[in-house]
Amino acid sequence: MAAHTLSFDPDDRYNAFLTTCSRAEYGTGPLQGIAVAVKDNISTAGIETTCASKILKGYIPPYDAHVVGLLKAAGAAVAGKTNMDEFGMGTTTENSAFGPTLNPCDTRRVPGGSSGGSAAAIAGGMVKMALGTDTGGSIRCPAAFCGITGLKPTYGRVSRFGLIAYSNSLEQIGPMGRTVRDVSTLMGIIAGHDRRDSTSQDRPFSHTLNADITGLKIGIPGEYFGPGVDPEVASVVRKAIGRLEELGATTVPCSIPSMQYALAAYYVTCTSEASSNLARFDGVRYGPAPDTKKPWHEAFREVRREGFGPEVRRRIMLGTFALSSGYYGKYYAKAQVARQNVRTDFTRIFSDVDVIAGPTMPSIAFTLGEKSDPLSMYLADILTVPANLAGIPAISVPCGKVRGMPVGLQIMGKHFEDERVMDVAFAYEQAVA
Amino acid sequence: MEDQVIVGLEVHCQLDTKSKLFCGCSTDYRSDGPNTHVCPVCLGLPGAMPVINRRAIEFAMRVAKALNCSVLEESEFSRKNYFYPDLDKAYQITQYDKPLAEGGYLEIEGDEGGERKIRLTRIHVEEDPGRLVHMGNAERGKYSLVDYNRAGIPLIEIVSEPDMRSPREARKFLNKLRATLEYLSVFDSEKEGSLRVDANISIRGSERVEVKNITSYKGVEKALLFEITRQKNLLRRGQKVDRETRHFLEARGVTQSARSKEQEHDYRYFPEPDLRPLRVRSWLENIVLPELPDARRERFIAQYGCSLNHARTLTGELKLANFFEQVVKADPKRLSTLASTWIADTLIGELNYRGMSLDRVEPAAITGLLEILEKGLITDKSGIEVLRVMLDQRLKNESCEPPAAIVARLNLGKTTGDTGAITTAIEEAINENPRALEDYRAGKGGAINFLVGQVMKKTRGKADPGELNRLLTESLKNKGV
Amino acid sequence: MVTEHEVQHIAELADVGINKEELGTFTHQFNAILDYFDILDLVKGEQAPKDALVNVMREDETEPPLTQDEVLRNAPATEDGFIKAPRVM
Repeated sequence: MAAHTLSFDPDDRYNAFLTTCSRAEYGTGPLQGIAVAVKDNISTAGIETTCASKILKGYIPPYDAHVVGLLKAAGAAVAGKTNMDEFGMGTTTENSAFGPTLNPCDTRRVPGGSSGGSAAAIAGGMVKMALGTDTGGSIRCPAAFCGITGLKPTYGRVSRFGLIAYSNSLEQIGPMGRTVRDVSTLMGIIAGHDRRDSTSQDRPFSHTLNADITGLKIGIPGEYFGPGVDPEVASVVRKAIGRLEELGATTVPCSIPSMQYALAAYYVTCTSEASSNLARFDGVRYGPAPDTKKPWHEAFREVRREGFGPEVRRRIMLGTFALSSGYYGKYYAKAQVARQNVRTDFTRIFSDVDVIAGPTMPSIAFTLGEKSDPLSMYLADILTVPANLAGIPAISVPCGKVRGMPVGLQIMGKHFEDERVMDVAFAYEQAVA
Repeated sequence: MEDQVIVGLEVHCQLDTKSKLFCGCSTDYRSDGPNTHVCPVCLGLPGAMPVINRRAIEFAMRVAKALNCSVLEESEFSRKNYFYPDLDKAYQITQYDKPLAEGGYLEIEGDEGGERKIRLTRIHVEEDPGRLVHMGNAERGKYSLVDYNRAGIPLIEIVSEPDMRSPREARKFLNKLRATLEYLSVFDSEKEGSLRVDANISIRGSERVEVKNITSYKGVEKALLFEITRQKNLLRRGQKVDRETRHFLEARGVTQSARSKEQEHDYRYFPEPDLRPLRVRSWLENIVLPELPDARRERFIAQYGCSLNHARTLTGELKLANFFEQVVKADPKRLSTLASTWIADTLIGELNYRGMSLDRVEPAAITGLLEILEKGLITDKSGIEVLRVMLDQRLKNESCEPPAAIVARLNLGKTTGDTGAITTAIEEAINENPRALEDYRAGKGGAINFLVGQVMKKTRGKADPGELNRLLTESLKNKGV
Repeated sequence: MVTEHEVQHIAELADVGINKEELGTFTHQFNAILDYFDILDLVKGEQAPKDALVNVMREDETEPPLTQDEVLRNAPATEDGFIKAPRVM
C-alpha cells in the first residue's frame, strides 16, 4: 500500500528518461523512498511502456512486470522509464525512436546501449539505481561507457515476466547503480523464483559484500586482449587486474576458441527469436491503428514499416531468414550448437579458475553518429555476448579512464556465482576508492 | 485398385480442463461476453509468458495410452509463426518435431464388417487461437471482430495415417475417437466448437487435397462425399486433381478452393524458448485407464445380453451407456432386453426428432415405463405413446407425470379379456372395408395386416396384438372363405 | 548472395515493409551480415545435453482475468466488446 509520494523532477539534459513520474508513490521496505529508474522495455502498470519504439507509443500495460512488483513491495519509488535502443536492438541508444541519450561524461558521445537511458540517469546523478536489461551486453556496455556499475545476472535468476521480449533465451533484467553496493542491494530485491516465468530458477540473492579475494584465481582470455581491442583500453584493464593481484588474486592465461563464432551465434539467435517476438506488433490490440479499409497484409505492413525503425526491421528480416525453410539448419540450429561450445569452453576454464576478467568493451564510448554501419556496430558486442550465450553472470565496474572517458572492467563467473562476481568487483572498487 | 479412396484425418479436440493451456483463465467462456476470459498471457501482451497446465498434459497422456501410442522420451513445444488476426502472438505454441506421442491406432467397424485398424501418426498438444467474426459488406467495407476468450484453450491434435477408405469409415473413426475421449473424461463433445477436423483426401494415383474447417461430425461425411465426387468427376473428364487446400462450406455442403496468393506457408518452427521440455513418459505407468468403449461393448453383450448392434449403439456415447446401466440397475435380468431395444432404437429416435438431449430424461422414468411393458400391461404401441407424452412434457418444461399415471389418464391399459370390445371393432372394420375382405378371400396376405391396423385404430392401440390376430382370423374364417 | 528480390520476399514473409529507397542499402547490409554468419559453418559438435530444468508446469487452477475494459483499453478500434481488425481477404 503506497503511503508516500516522492517528488521526482530531474534536469534531464541527457534525454535519459522517456517518462518521468513526477509524483512517484512508494511504500515501506528496504528501498523505502529510493527512486529507481526502470528501462522502458519493462512493463509498468498504468505507465506508458514503449521500448523506445513508435509502434508502442501510447501503450499502457495493465500489469506490472514481476520485478516491478518486487520493487514496489520493497518500498521503492518508480521514478520513471528510461530511454533505450528500440526493443533492445543496439549498442548506443541511438536507435531510439525518441532521440538518443547523451553520455553525461561527454555529451558528444553515446552512453552505450541498449540500457543507455538507465546508465545516463545514474551517471547524471538523477537516480542512484536503475533496472536495465542485458541480451548481448546491454547493461554492461552502458555501465562501462558511463562509468557506473551494472550486472548481468545468471540466466534464470531474475524473472523475465513482464520484460518485453527481444531474445528470450539470452536476456536478463539486471541491476545498475553508482556503486557495487547499490547493485548488490538492488539484486537482492529482484532476484528469485517466479512461477510465471518457466525459465526462472529458485535462487534468491541475499549477500553481504566481501572484499577479501586472497587466493582467487582469475582467468585472462587472450581473445579479450587481442587486435580488436583499443590498446589503451586493454592497458587500463590490465592495470586494474594488476590491482586485483595486489589484493591476493592470481591470474592464469586462458583461451576461449569458440569466441571465433560467438558473435555470429549471438546475432543469429537473437534476431531469430526477435523476428518471432515482434510479429505480434500489428496495431490491432495495441499500438497505432491499421487502416482497416486496406486488405489485411497491406495494412499490417504499413503499420510495421511506419512503427519500426530500420535496425529493428533489419533484425526482424535477418531472423526471419535464419528461421526460414531451408536455412534453419545452417543458421539457428548451428547457432545452438555454437552456444553449447561456448558453454563447454567456459566450463573447462572454470575448472581451473574462479572468475574470468577482461575489458567490457573493446573501446571507449563512440561519438554520436560514429557507428553507422550495422555490422561494425555488431562487432562492438564481441566481448559481452559470450556471457549471454553461456548464461553466466557478468559485471562491469569502472576501472579508469582513456582519453577522458570511462573504461569498464568485466568480471565473469560460474553459473549462480553472481555473489562471487560481485565480491571481485567490490574488492576492486574498495581498493581504488 | 482404380478409384480407391484414401482418407486421413487431423482431429483437434478441446481438452476439458478448468483453465487454459498456458494461463489461469477459465475455459468456461461460452456463455459470457467477448474478451471477458482473457489475461496478459492469452492476450499475447508484450512481456507475458506461458506456463504449461499440468492437467492438460495428463489428459493428453491418458489419450496416448488409450490409443496405444509411443510416448517420446522428451517432447517440447514449438512456435508456429504466421499472421492472422485471431492469433494474437502471431505464433501458435504447438508441438512440431518432438510431439508428446507417436504411432498408435484406433479400431473401427469396417465397411465390410469386421474390425479395421486405423493407424495414427502422432498426438500432440497445442493452443487454440481466438475467434473471428466477419462483418460488413462490400459497400460499407469489410472488417473482422476478434474475441480472445477462446485463445489459449488446450487442444489435443490427433493425426491419423491415410488408412480410411470411405467417408463412412471416416465418420466411424471420428465417432470412435469422440467416444474414447469422452470415456477418458478429457473431452466434452457437447460443447460447441469443441471439435474441428481437417481431412486429406485423394484418389489413388492422384494428388492429395486438404479440406479444412469441418466443424461437425455430419460435416465430415458430407465434405468427404462432395470432395470425392468432385475429384472423381475431374478424373473422369481426363483432368488432373490439383494439390491444394480447400475449405468446407457446411451450409452449402461444398468444398471451395482456398484462394491464397501466398505459396506454401513457411511457419519457421523453432523450439519455444519460454518453456522447458517435457519428460513424462514415466507417467504412463501410473495412468489407470477406465473401461473404454470396446470393453464396455463386450461387457454389455456378456452382462446384459445385448445384441452386437445394440451394444455398439449404446456404448457409442458415454452418457448413453451410463443411462442404460442406470435404467436397468434395479433389475437387469428382467429389464435388459427391453431396455436395449427401447433405448437404442426407440428413445434415441424420439430424442433426435425433438432435438432433445438425453440429459433431459430421468432414467427412473424409463425404468418405470419398461416395468409396465415387461408386465404386459400395455402394448408396444401404447408404450410409444406414453414415451412421447413424457418427452413432450419435459420438452415444454411441464411437470412430468410418471408413466403409470399417463397410462391411467389416457386409458391405455391393454384390453385383454375384453373380447367384446375387440370383436365389435373387428366387425366394424370388416364391414367398413369390404375390399379388404375380398383381398383376404383372394389370398392377398396384406389384407389381414390392413385390417389389424384398422382394428388397432378403433381400439386406440390397446388391443393385445396376439389376441386381436386370433379373433380377427377367426372372424374372417367365419365369414366364409 | 541474396538478391534485392529475395530481400523483398523476406520482408513480405515478415510483414515488415521496406521502402524502395531502402531496398538497395538493406540488401547490401544484409549480405554483409550473412557473409559474417558463414563462420557458423565451422561449428562442429552435436546439440546440447539439455540442462536439468524440465517438466515446469502449473496446476489446473483458475485465476481472475483482466476486465473487458482492460483488454480493450489499448486497442485503437473496438466494437461491442470485440477488437476490430482489418478483414483478411
